[in-house]
Parts: sequence; C-alpha cells; structure tokens
Amino acid sequence: MLNEQTILNKVKTSPGYPSKERFFKGPVAVIECPEEIPCNPCEEACPFGAIKVGEPITNLPMLIEDKCIGCGKCIANCPGLAIFLVNLNYSKDEATISIPYEFIPLPDVGEEVDVLNREGKFVCKGKVIKVNKGEDHTWVITVSIPKEFFEVARNIKPLK
Amino acid sequence: MKEAEITVIGAGPAGLSAAIEAAKYGANVEIIDENALPGGQLFKQIHKFFGSKEHYAGTRGYDIGRKLLSEAENLKVVIKLNTVAFGVFDKNKIGLFDQKDILISKPKKIIIATGASENPLAFPGWTLPGVMGAGAVQTMINIHRVLPGKKVLMVGAGNVGLIVSYQLLQAGADVVAIVEAMPKIGGYFVHAAKVLRMGVPILTSHTIIEAKGEKEVESATIAALDQNWNLIKGSEKELDVDLICIAVGLKPEADLCRMLNCEFTYVPFLGGRIPLHNEDMETTIPGVYVAGDVSGVEEASVAIEEGRIAGISAAESLGYISEEESEKERMKCKNRLKAFRIGPFGSPRQEGKNKVFEEYKRRTKNVK
Ligand SMILES: Cc1cc2nc3c(=O)[nH]c(=O)nc-3n(C[C@H](O)[C@H](O)[C@H](O)COP(=O)(O)OP(=O)(O)OC[C@H]3O[C@@H](n4cnc5c(N)ncnc54)[C@H](O)[C@@H]3O)c2cc1C
Ligand code: SF4
Ligand code: SF4
Repeated sequence: MLNEQTILNKVKTSPGYPSKERFFKGPVAVIECPEEIPCNPCEEACPFGAIKVGEPITNLPMLIEDKCIGCGKCIANCPGLAIFLVNLNYSKDEATISIPYEFIPLPDVGEEVDVLNREGKFVCKGKVIKVNKGEDHTWVITVSIPKEFFEVARNIKPLK
Repeated sequence: MKEAEITVIGAGPAGLSAAIEAAKYGANVEIIDENALPGGQLFKQIHKFFGSKEHYAGTRGYDIGRKLLSEAENLKVVIKLNTVAFGVFDKNKIGLFDQKDILISKPKKIIIATGASENPLAFPGWTLPGVMGAGAVQTMINIHRVLPGKKVLMVGAGNVGLIVSYQLLQAGADVVAIVEAMPKIGGYFVHAAKVLRMGVPILTSHTIIEAKGEKEVESATIAALDQNWNLIKGSEKELDVDLICIAVGLKPEADLCRMLNCEFTYVPFLGGRIPLHNEDMETTIPGVYVAGDVSGVEEASVAIEEGRIAGISAAESLGYISEEESEKERMKCKNRLKAFRIGPFGSPRQEGKNKVFEEYKRRTKNVK
C-alpha cells in the first residue's frame, strides 16, 4: 500500500535522496525516483553534473550532493515529475519547497495556498514565493512553509 | 506516381520510424493510417515521455509525433490518411478503403505496425453511457477538449490508468478513486506518486462490480478482493461517479497478420497472442514485417527502435543496403532495445520476446 509513510521510506533509501547533513547546507534537489525504469533526462538536464544515471539506462538516478548547487533546473526536465527542491535555509523558521506544476490557473506570487503531502493530505498553509516558467509547459512553484514540514510537503492544492 | 515498394500499415511511432529508415536508404515507401491524424497513440499524449535522448525523452508525446512526421515527409514518404487496410490477400495485395473507393496496393514488402487495442471489461451495467475505455477518454479530453465526466472512477492502475487519471485531473475532473484488482500497482511508481499527491486514492485488491444509473452512469459499486480473487462480502461501497474509465490492458491489433496466416504464440506479459517474428522483425511469412505494439505491447521508445529495425530489414531485402551495413545499423537499435528491457518492468518483456524469437526459429526450421 502506498501512503505518505511507505512512499517516504521508499524514496529516502534511494540514491537520489539527499543526506540529512546536505539538507542543512542549503538548497538541494530531492529525486524521488526509486524504481528501475528506462529513463535518464535528469542526468543531461543538470548543468553541474550532480545527477548520474549512466548505463544501463535503468539505473536509479543518483544525486551527487556536493555538486548540486540547488539551481532547480532539473525539476521541470523530469518527465516523471519526481524531482523537488528543498531549501532549509530560507529563513530562521521557514523552509521552501519547489515543485513541478502542470495545472491551471497558476497561483500568484504572494498567494496563500494549501500545502499537501505525498498522498494529497493537507500539511500546512504556505506562501507562494516564485512562479517560474520551466521547461516546455511545466511550471515550477516555490512555496515557503514552516521548517518542520520540509520532508512531507510535496504538493499544493490546485486552485479552481 | 511510382508504385510503393514498401507499404507500412499504421502511422504510429513504429510505422513512422520504419518508413523513415527504409526511405532513408532509397526505398519507395507509403504509409497507410485509418486516422485523420498521423502519429498513432502519440497525438493524444500530452505528457512528457520517458526514455533516453535518442527516444526523445522529456518531450511530450504529440511533439514526438510531429518530429517523426516531418522527418517522414522530408524523405518523400507518401502518407495516406483516413484509409483503412481492411485485408491482405495472396501474401502481398492489401485492400484499402479511403472512405470513397476501394484500392489495392501491391507492394514488394509489407510492414504491419497497427499498434494495440484495449481490453474490454464486462460487469453489470457496463453498456451504460458513461462507461468508456481510457483511450477514448484520452482522445476526448486531449484532442477534442471535451470532458466526458466530472466525477470519475478509474479501473486499472497500470501506466495507462495512472496517466489518464492525471490528465483527467488536469482537465478539471475529480478522480474519486482508482481501483486495481491486483494486490499491487502495475504502473511506474512516479506515475502513481503523481496522482496520489493530488489526493486520489489507489485501492489495490479492489474491483468494480456494478455500474448503476437510469440512462447513464450515476454510481459505481466497488468491492475488495481476497488473495484468491474472491469478493469479500460486506466490503461493497457505492461511489458517486458519472464516468467509469476502463484501463485494463492492451492486446496486439494483429488481425492483418492472422489474414496472412502468420504463426502466433501466447505471451501474457506482452498482451496475449503475438505474431511470431525474428530479431529483424520479419514474421513467418517472408517479406512481411511487424513492429511496435502489434509485435508485443511495450512502449513508444521500443516501438521506435523496432520500427527502425523493420525498415532497415525491408530496405536490405530490396537490395538498398548491404547485409553488412544493415547488420551494423540494426545492432545499434538492438543494443538500445536490450538496455530498455532490464529492470523489474523490462526483464519480463525481454523474456517474452526471447520466447517469441525462439518459437520463430523452431517453427521456421520445421517448415524448411
Ligand atoms: C496513456 C498512455 C501513455 C503512454 N505513455 C508512454 C510513455 O510515457 N513512454 C512510452 O515510451 N510509451 C508510452 N505509451 C505507449 C505508446 O504510446 C505505445 O507503445 C506506442 O504508441 C506504440 O506504437 P505503435 O506505432 O506500435 O502503435 P500506435 O501508436 O497505436 O499506432 C498504430 C496506428 O495504426 C493505425 N491502424 C491500426 N490498424 C489499422 C488498419 N487496419 N488500417 C489502417 N491503419 C490502422 C492506427 O490508427 C494507429 O494510428 C503510452 C500509451 C498510452 C495509451
Ligand atoms: S538543482 Fe541544479 S545543480 Fe542540483 S541537481 Fe538539479 S539541476 Fe543539478
Ligand atoms: S528524469 Fe525523472 S523519472 Fe526519469 S530517471 Fe530522472 S528522476 Fe526518474
């Protein structure tokens, strides 16, 4: 059964998930792609060589965390919408999460939104910080949230 | 116009790739498709595809279709749309109907790339309006921009069920639940994660038992299954939905191969009855090739490589390339195919394909 806890356990033990120490150092990509599928656009998307798939193409994507500068370019290049960005050093009490987003209407900067976890359940309120046009119709939305939720917050509730 | 030496039936990723390769080496190629738009499945797929750079990964399905199409057009491939191939006779006469006239095409080689068709699912109420196949739903929302229902039950959690659920959410529908009879999700984790974080529950070991409604679907009854696939009494639940979308698998659309008397084998993991073929994609009828979902239901990336192989093989048999060169070109495709068929999803498909190749060898040996 897939729920917040089982998904978190599964992605946390995959090579795309940053270590605790790396999270505390600042913005970092979180790759939640724990299954051997034939896919690799993330590898080419990172300008800093921080994602490795290699051969065969079914290898799990690995985050080379020292090389990741947290630029966020990989987010909208992943066809599985499986890459997020977490910045634990946004402010004293707040972290930010950046998520791939393919729904309309888009939220506005400054808007308050419902932040959801991996099974779509309400986690907390968040404030939209950035709305960036990503690759080919995929947008990247950055939301600030209370720090404690950095590991569960992975979506926002679409606006009607 | 010169008569086509190769007729490709089906203008999906497999057929277009086959035509491109064969035309590249100088063959005269025509493609037939019953649809008004070329591209097969690709044109209704608004999501970004998986795969590697050689397979346009990260590109949306319809853009892949456009790229393949313009490549084929540049190579002067003749594309006949709104034309159905209704039969093949005497090994090389193809009967075509272009919605006006019946035409006969007599190519030297035939490449069958007709894709797959959806499996139906019968249950009380399944004939009510509002019970639809996932392919039709996808065509309505992504091509015709019509939402066939507001509250949806999806039946099947394979990749098609998961992706179409996500696209229904994008189109503004509420997906009430996805039921899956198997004890686990059949599609990729990332596709499941995408719908789950939108709040759509995926109920494994659950199935639909009835659709109810006066004139159209007004509700769906679902129930849980035990390990032996028996309904668990008392687990029935009625869901308020107006659309029931069926995504319970695909099977090869191989009627033309049957008419040609191609030999078949049974490989459940590839969609059921598969026309036998060798690694160069030739069937048990010399000069007739298959590629893509018709030769075993897999993915667009696989369809593209198999199409390329079939195109090269057909061009070689017409003398447009040497055996040596074609073997070299085919090897590149075969290596990429091998890489795709590893991992928990890929290796059962490789095993299935190996069975098809071995069976082909065994049966063609007996003939000779
Ligand atoms: C919802 C969904 C999501 C998918 N996502 C992915 C993905 O992310 N990545 C991936 O690699 N693959 C994906 N696929 C799979 C992929 O779309 C198919 O594997 C691929 O399209 C198969 O290509 P094909 O050329 O064999 O067949 P098709 O694309 O089905 O094309 C067959 C064509 O043949 C025509 N035809 C059939 N019979 C006749 C006849 N008698 N006369 C004339 N024309 C005929 C049909 O009209 C059709 O145009 C997805 C499929 C679905 C349904
Ligand atoms: S955030 Fe930037 S540096 Fe880090 S993996 Fe993604 S693309 Fe590379
Ligand atoms: S691009 Fe996305 S889905 Fe594909 S391997 Fe990389 S992380 Fe996984």
